[in-house]
Amino acid sequence: MHIAEGFLPPAHAVAWGVASAPFVVHGARSLIRDVREHPESTLLLGASGAFTFVLSALKLPSVTGSCSHPTGTGLGAILFRPPVMAVLGTITLLFQALLLAHGGLTTLGANVFSMAIVGPWAGYAVYRLLRRYDVPLMGAVFCGAFVADLSTYCVTSVQLALAFPDPGSGFLGALGKFGSIFAVTQIPLAVSEGLLTVLVMRLLVQSSKGELTRLGVLVTSAAGGKQAESAEAVTR
Amino acid sequence: MSRNAKINTLLLLLVAALAVIPLALGLGDHKEEPFAGADGEAETAITEIDPDYEPWFSPLYEPPSGEIESALFALQAALGAGVLAYYFGLRRGRRQGEARARGRAVTQDADAEDADAEARTGADGGRD
Repeated sequence: MHIAEGFLPPAHAVAWGVASAPFVVHGARSLIRDVREHPESTLLLGASGAFTFVLSALKLPSVTGSCSHPTGTGLGAILFRPPVMAVLGTITLLFQALLLAHGGLTTLGANVFSMAIVGPWAGYAVYRLLRRYDVPLMGAVFCGAFVADLSTYCVTSVQLALAFPDPGSGFLGALGKFGSIFAVTQIPLAVSEGLLTVLVMRLLVQSSKGELTRLGVLVTSAAGGKQAESAEAVTR
Repeated sequence: MSRNAKINTLLLLLVAALAVIPLALGLGDHKEEPFAGADGEAETAITEIDPDYEPWFSPLYEPPSGEIESALFALQAALGAGVLAYYFGLRRGRRQGEARARGRAVTQDADAEDADAEARTGADGGRD
């Protein structure tokens, strides 16, 4: 769930827009470079964008008694690195702002910052960290997607609390309020997103081994063997 | 069902369960409007904090009814699902095609080897 049209004061709207713009421009550049260097990955890029499209259209009920939707940005961030998701996420947000009156043009900058920038980077960071400590691929993918989803809505809560601090309890009071609306609602949805991302990654491992190896998600058997050897050496 | 398919089905069932449980347990019953959107609740919270706040911009286009809105959301999901299905279908077809081509190449190689072997024995036989 994004911040609705007109619900951020103009100064905030502009500030988030300015903060997001360089990420989107940089993302567009790296997306174009990726496509030029590896035209064969265009299809998988499209599929990652499509995953975001599907997931952010699914409004699901949550334990708080309200509805929200996942973001689907974790998958693309893990596959193609976060800058690319800044673009794909922005496209999704634009579609929703223009056709569905969901989110908005004045809040686009803020929504891009949460869903297309912080979410993918946070998810990717968790994924890489877990992989470094030899957590199995699917475990790392689940955690990465979970964090990408949940962090998006934590940022949304912070953005609203900054714009509308509670007259009595200030920024923190408002953060609690918006957090309970967005972040708590999002927890089971983030679990769902993690599970769906694992599902798609499993299908990709079955169908697109070569592509995943080129993207560094799967290690080649030779490198894997080396890793196993060094791991053995360490245990010895 | 293969082990892979079982795990995939289990993942889908878990997601379905996560969506159904809040509904089945009636976790929205305490609300005036159960299972409304979190964005709408945030708008309410904003007007609670700052009753004077007026949204200063309205959407350029707003779906005229809930039905049209859900149709557009369904369209969004369908577009995404379509592209995903195309991707996985194409991959599967390609893999099957490659496997078939490999199968054919192997039999051809085998034939060629047979022919080579025959030619060699023939040549050897000639030398003897």
